[in-house]
Amino acid sequence: MKQARVVVAGLSKRFGRMEVLRDVNLAIAPGRITAIVGPNAAGKSTLIKTLLGLVRPGPSALVAIDGVPVNGGPRYLERVGYMPQVARFPEQLTGGEILRFLQELRGDGFARDEELVELFRLGASLDRPVRTLSGGTRQKLNAVIAFLFRPTLLILDEPTAGLDPVAARILKDKVRRASSTGVAVVLTSHIMAEIEELAEDLIFLVDGAIVFQGAVSSLLEESDEPTLERAIARRLEGHVS
Amino acid sequence: MRIVRKILASELRNVARSRWMVGYALLLLGFTSLLLRFGGTGERALLSLLNVVLLLLPLVSVMFGTLYVYNAREFIEMLLAQPVRRGALYAGLYGGVALPLVAAYLLGVGVPLLARGSEAPGYLAHCAMLLAVGTLLTLVYTAFALCVAVRIDDRARGLGAALLVWLVTTLLYDGIILGVATSLGQYPIEMPLLVMVFLNPIDLARVLLLLSLDISALMGYTGAVYARFFHGGGTILAFLMLIVCAATPLLVGYRWFLRKDF
Amino acid sequence: MSFAFLAALGATLVVRPAGPIRTLTDALALARPGDSIVVHAGTYREPPIVVRTRVTIVGVGGPVFVGGEHSTLEVEADSVVITGLRFRQVTPSPLEDRAAIVLRGTRGCRIEANDIRDAFFGIYALKASDCLIRRNRIEGSAANDAAAGNGIQLWQARAMSVVENEVLGHRDGIYLEFSPSAVVRGNRSSGNRRYGLHFMRSDSCTYAGNLFARNGAGVAVMYSRNVQMLDNRFERNWGDAAYGLLLKEISDGTVTGNLFADNTVGLYLEDANRNILTGNTFQRNGWAVKVLASATDNRFEGNVFEGNSFDVSTNSRSASSRFAGNWWDQYRGYDLDRDGVGDVPYRPVRLFSLVVERHEPSLILLRSPFVELLDAAERFMPVLTPETLVDGRPLMRRPR
Repeated sequence: MKQARVVVAGLSKRFGRMEVLRDVNLAIAPGRITAIVGPNAAGKSTLIKTLLGLVRPGPSALVAIDGVPVNGGPRYLERVGYMPQVARFPEQLTGGEILRFLQELRGDGFARDEELVELFRLGASLDRPVRTLSGGTRQKLNAVIAFLFRPTLLILDEPTAGLDPVAARILKDKVRRASSTGVAVVLTSHIMAEIEELAEDLIFLVDGAIVFQGAVSSLLEESDEPTLERAIARRLEGHVS
Repeated sequence: MRIVRKILASELRNVARSRWMVGYALLLLGFTSLLLRFGGTGERALLSLLNVVLLLLPLVSVMFGTLYVYNAREFIEMLLAQPVRRGALYAGLYGGVALPLVAAYLLGVGVPLLARGSEAPGYLAHCAMLLAVGTLLTLVYTAFALCVAVRIDDRARGLGAALLVWLVTTLLYDGIILGVATSLGQYPIEMPLLVMVFLNPIDLARVLLLLSLDISALMGYTGAVYARFFHGGGTILAFLMLIVCAATPLLVGYRWFLRKDF
Repeated sequence: MSFAFLAALGATLVVRPAGPIRTLTDALALARPGDSIVVHAGTYREPPIVVRTRVTIVGVGGPVFVGGEHSTLEVEADSVVITGLRFRQVTPSPLEDRAAIVLRGTRGCRIEANDIRDAFFGIYALKASDCLIRRNRIEGSAANDAAAGNGIQLWQARAMSVVENEVLGHRDGIYLEFSPSAVVRGNRSSGNRRYGLHFMRSDSCTYAGNLFARNGAGVAVMYSRNVQMLDNRFERNWGDAAYGLLLKEISDGTVTGNLFADNTVGLYLEDANRNILTGNTFQRNGWAVKVLASATDNRFEGNVFEGNSFDVSTNSRSASSRFAGNWWDQYRGYDLDRDGVGDVPYRPVRLFSLVVERHEPSLILLRSPFVELLDAAERFMPVLTPETLVDGRPLMRRPR
């Protein structure tokens, strides 16, 4: 078996009195597309942010990317691409300046993947200050940044929200191509059809705890429902009662 | 350091293009020019500028600084997802807010002051004092701003807290000093008052500027105590203390920033 | 010969180190009333010299008289003229007021253009009258107060003229007591340890066109009536209880056209009554005017107040001096009827100045925004500041 790209063990997190994650354990293999699903406030964002180092794991937890613990310095992020749900940039800078800036942060050792710039036809927009760009265009820029440095782990938070269907299609194709070259992809989405279409594995979070972890197909089989949406709904009812 | 420089460069480019910053510089420029034209002799104009430095500078620094960090929240999160140390990001953030504010101040106030000039003795020294103290105050209040914005996630509460910092240090604190001075008037309280003044950057700045600009009033009996202190190395101590006033919130904010969950 | 006119009045005796007359003492022994004594350059060390004859003593080339444990030159005759002499060293004494030149009970003397250095007292006029002390330069260098006497001292003297002298480095530059009807004009008195001018119990004197600067405590004028102070300058008197001009128990005086600049306190009035203060300029003082409640019925008109930390301060709500038609740089009123007089009265007493009066350490809050706020509130609705101290007709334009 290939070494897991992401390993999370014994991760719990509280914000004040609220317990956001409870003893989460998971592993994500290279080349797999994993969706994190769950109702609102289930802990999806916190889990993603923990992988990115935005939220600090407690001292007893182990969170590692490619065997490197996330609280041991930010170098592991050189190979992590992140597409936040809503990206906001320094308003006065142009897209081009932001891309150059991100490159400068990493140094010159990183070949850039600018395929999405062409596919989204972003060329002209990159010379304009971000504040003049539409929400959709910003989201495209956001996607470009996630793929820019040929990451080995991609984290996409509601990636198609705000994109028109054509752009969404382009992005999904890009995700699949990346996955096929061995990139591990973690994504969240409210659109179950999109998850069914894209994801191979599923992590199902309720109230900060994992209630299901495994292949999408096996969840469907277990629940005996025709669609993922129904399967999850049934699972949720079962959990609540 | 390379990373800090890159972040700083990118922020400076961003802030320098912002209309707020240009507006602030122009406001100071216009105000200073008007004061110099209609405000009487050089020294009197400098005294009027004292109020700008003591009121406007801290207010703009702390409010703009806080607002800026809130507006940059998503940008900060994006950068945190890049291979960037939090310390470097924090340093870049501080420089990115503080340096343009300092530059706007030096341009807006310094240029008209120096362009006008004056034969009054010590005019240049007074100007240098005003510019140095204003610069330090800006650094102090942007540090407060960072502190507040890092600690408090809610934007409205954060701006409220920033305003509170300003209110407490400009008004409330002096009210306390006045209370102490009037209720303990029978004791020799010059030194305790001096210590209180040293703990508040605005008071420190004010007294520093007064002793260089407005000396005769402070030369009365107690004034002599103060003047002797500030002329005997106290000025250097006061400057050091202003730097401490900037460093303390900066370091506290730094520790919070390192531990913060975004 | 330039002294020919003297010869017409009497004989001329010549003193020079080479002789035949080697000392002023010897010359005075020979002199008869109306004679002139010309003292040539040289250094003279003599026992106390006493002038008992009406003579004119003229120094040529700056003869130097070195003093010692006594006064150097004492004048006891009337109408004596002493000019062009140099005096060096008069040893300080705790027992007697030794001076370079003493005028004792004389009338009509003239002491002119002498140069006195390092004397305990410079010129001391005791019970003299109608004398002229003019264009002398008197410089003391006392290291402490005990060793410092006064530059020019008038004691129980009448109708004296002290004109265009320069006095520095003494205890008091010019000191008068019980000396009415004196004229003190055009002197420069600066850098003295205590007062530039100190006078007490001397009625009907005139002080005009003098400069008093950088003296330890400024100028003090006490216990006198009908004093005229015109066109003097009081500058840079800083420090512990330093006043440009202190008026204590002065009544019916006139203070006009003076400049008070850069003093800790420009003008201080205590128990001073019915004085008229007009056309003075107060610039950059800590306190331009401090007027205690014990000072009554003083009138301030047409004065200029600019750049002072405090314009007027007092110690009580019941202060009763009157201000009208002054120009205040801090006045922010308007003049709708365009008669040159502001339509809103100006209150020159700030709340903060009352606070400082009672609790001096709070001065550290000078120009604090909090304090300015208090002042503004008080100005808007006066509660604590004296209602009487109001300029009801503040000028809109600065008078020249």
